[in-house]
Amino acid sequence: MQMPKPDASVLVRRMEIAEALRAIVPGEGVIDQPDELRVHESDALTAYRQPPMLVVLPESTDQVSEILAYCHAEGIKVVPRGSGTSLSGGALPLADGILLGLGKFNRILDIDYENRCVTVQPGVPNLAISTAVGHRGFYYAPDPSSQIACSIGGNVAENAGGVHCLKYGLTTNNVLGVELVLIDGSVVRLGGKHLDSEAYDLLGVITGSEGLLGVVTEVTVRIIRRPETARAILVGFPTVQSAGACVAAVIGAGIIPAGMEMMDAAAMRAAEDYAHAGYPLDAQALLIVELDGPEAEVDDLIVRLEDIARGSGADSVQVSRNEEERLRFWAGRKAAFPAVGRISPDYLCMDGTIPRHRLPDVLTHIQELERQHGLRCANVFHAGDGNLHPLILYDAAAPGELEKAEAFGADILRECVRVGGVLTGEHGVGVEKRDLMGEMFSEEDLKQQQRLKCAFDPESLLNPGKVYPTLHRCAELGRIHVHRGELRFPDIPRF
Amino acid sequence: MDGAPRQQEGKPRAMTTLMRPDSAEQVGDAVQTAIVESRRLDVAAGGSKAGWGRPAETDTRLDLSALSGSVLYEPDELVLTAKPATPLAEIEALLKESRQHLAFEPPDLGPLLDGGGERRSNVGGTLGGAVFCNLAGPRRIKVGAARDHILGFHAVSGRGERFKAGGRVVKNVTGFDLSKLIAGSFGTLAAVTELTVRALPAPEETRTVVLFGLSDADGVRTMTIALTSACDISGAAHLPAGVTLTSKVPGLASAGCSATLLRLDGTITSVAARVLHLSRLLLKLGPPTVLNTHDSVAAWRDIRDASFFVAHPEHQVWRLSVPPSASAEVVAQILDRRPGHAFYDWGGGLIWLALQPSTDAGEAMVRGAVGITGGHATLLRAAPEVRAQVPVFQPQPPPLAALTRRIKEAFDPHRVLNPGRLYAGV
Repeated sequence: MQMPKPDASVLVRRMEIAEALRAIVPGEGVIDQPDELRVHESDALTAYRQPPMLVVLPESTDQVSEILAYCHAEGIKVVPRGSGTSLSGGALPLADGILLGLGKFNRILDIDYENRCVTVQPGVPNLAISTAVGHRGFYYAPDPSSQIACSIGGNVAENAGGVHCLKYGLTTNNVLGVELVLIDGSVVRLGGKHLDSEAYDLLGVITGSEGLLGVVTEVTVRIIRRPETARAILVGFPTVQSAGACVAAVIGAGIIPAGMEMMDAAAMRAAEDYAHAGYPLDAQALLIVELDGPEAEVDDLIVRLEDIARGSGADSVQVSRNEEERLRFWAGRKAAFPAVGRISPDYLCMDGTIPRHRLPDVLTHIQELERQHGLRCANVFHAGDGNLHPLILYDAAAPGELEKAEAFGADILRECVRVGGVLTGEHGVGVEKRDLMGEMFSEEDLKQQQRLKCAFDPESLLNPGKVYPTLHRCAELGRIHVHRGELRFPDIPRF
Repeated sequence: MDGAPRQQEGKPRAMTTLMRPDSAEQVGDAVQTAIVESRRLDVAAGGSKAGWGRPAETDTRLDLSALSGSVLYEPDELVLTAKPATPLAEIEALLKESRQHLAFEPPDLGPLLDGGGERRSNVGGTLGGAVFCNLAGPRRIKVGAARDHILGFHAVSGRGERFKAGGRVVKNVTGFDLSKLIAGSFGTLAAVTELTVRALPAPEETRTVVLFGLSDADGVRTMTIALTSACDISGAAHLPAGVTLTSKVPGLASAGCSATLLRLDGTITSVAARVLHLSRLLLKLGPPTVLNTHDSVAAWRDIRDASFFVAHPEHQVWRLSVPPSASAEVVAQILDRRPGHAFYDWGGGLIWLALQPSTDAGEAMVRGAVGITGGHATLLRAAPEVRAQVPVFQPQPPPLAALTRRIKEAFDPHRVLNPGRLYAGV
């Protein structure tokens, strides 16, 4: 993994920079001791590590603004970090950059039931929002599996998803407003308690921008009423094809489930051994479909769902009779990652999205790749929205296995793009998929995205080396190439 | 040629030139030609919303109407790809065959903007227009706006370069989300040549629970009660007495008082159960009436299209997005001082306002009221000379205005695409 070459002229000024930051964030808010810096050397993608030059932990928007203004003036790179649960290396530090940790922004600022929104600081964990409003029957819908730990600021940076986003949307569909500090230190507000933006949808652009455009210091999210009821159905299939056909039939029948998850035999067995959820171990594919909403609607649709499952060739169908049973169905799926972690020393989690109907082809292709690369793979799949999580099993202690696993993962993602899908559905590009961007986008597509980056951060100081494989200078991107000799196209109909 | 062509000054052109490309390549050629010839393009798909925005500073029309028709529709994948000038009516008809729809319920604002006169445009607007203006109907509160339903697009930037962004799947965080930026850009960043949007199952059944005679404040409170219940409301609107009079739904027009409408849709049994549940919940506020499917559909179409304001084309129409609970107060502040009418959609979050005409369109009052609560106000309909004087879109604080200009620069450095339609210089 190639990162931008550290700037020696910045590194020699390390202590001077630390002093300047201490003038902004007094006390223990600036970390410069090597052993303490190492704590921050990676996020949840632990395959890549790099201690930052310095860590700064501001407590107020004013401090963030002063830090960014200072870094802007001095040409110092900044890597923002929430809880560090990114699976794509989005918060991987830079040797010559400061790591801007937002962990001290941990307060819930405003709960407004009438307008159905909550305003929080970015370091507040995702689940803490639902906990704070739960007693009134409300919750925050996006539920990434790291929701106990991951921060809402990180969710905004990555546009986090979760198992329920088919029905309730991703982070981007549930954020109403942010306070954002730009690299020059100016503070802007985008959105608020109202809907839609007054001009360019900068809120939509910031969401999922992986810390490349600005630092979010406050977030307003939409909360919704917890559905009256939820029921799940657990279906075992003799083939992946029949499970895939069932997914298509559910959607074709006009049903949008709250969640629709698939596991292949390998993932299911690992999960069953770990969580004892009662999964049908003779099945080749397992589907969990959950419906939620008004009781009358769920009762109505669950019957239709059962018919569709049987009609798609299911071997076994169980409908949850009570809340305990529903949670048991989920227990195995929710434990799938740690369960796989138990059967292999290490695993790489991929995150491609594909058109749903291509699932059987892609799984067959992955089986072929297992043979080619000599590594095993277990598949967990957000079937409702086509988001595939192949877990490639490897042993980091065995020389060359990480590289083999990376090559395997890259081949899977290439296949996802080839069948009409994308490199990442919810984990972000970060450093992990950066060098694969060319598989999905042309040079021209990437340059246009980077021009947007230039509008926010012309010196490319915010999280450089992430998302885009080539760092272009903004002046170079601004040049325009038109060929006068070939213009005045005679074939444009003019009247 | 490398480098920017010089702006040719002092060469006024009559707005007579029309370029009508019929392929993405030709759109690229047209924009490159505009750069070299220093033309300023009025980019339009169907042109039904030509009157929305600041009066154009353009001399050449880039007419995308030849880029029409759906390219791909896969009902089981919930996805549709179509060219920008595809009429929404055509798309809705296609989706209906598979019992699907565009869930964000794009309004047809043509009659409102045309001032009730003869239609200038093809009926019902186009997909490209709905996206460029980031439209959304009453279901906005439940499913979002056009921005939430675009999955990807192909376009030609103001640099004359073809590019794509996004994809055809819902869950996608690969690179910056340019689809959001294109939605609501009013054609100032790029000329779209193909759009991919979500198709979603259409509800089996729709009913509306109506309470009559509530004040604006009580109407908004009632909508809040309904929206914070577990009834899963898909539309919440309050029509004051003066507005219900002009309704085409007999049950509303004859009531002679205000109407607060709450829409329920879903499966037949579910809707029946929730109508009962909601009616019981609201019983202490008055006896609820239930509109049948036919009247329900008609009532929400009028709300969606702001049809109540079509009959008085001289009225200046504002569209305000505010925190829902503050909406009645915002309306009171404005209508206490200036004669006009208002009605509420999105549970109060959207205010439609029609004011007696004036040279300033009541801007200070409208934006003053919104300034207190937060939100934004757009002058949707007014004579061109008024829209030339009064900022049509919400003015931005200096750092945001500067950022907006830099984003324009990143896509359209020569300001050839709809220059000035959003803000002066953008």
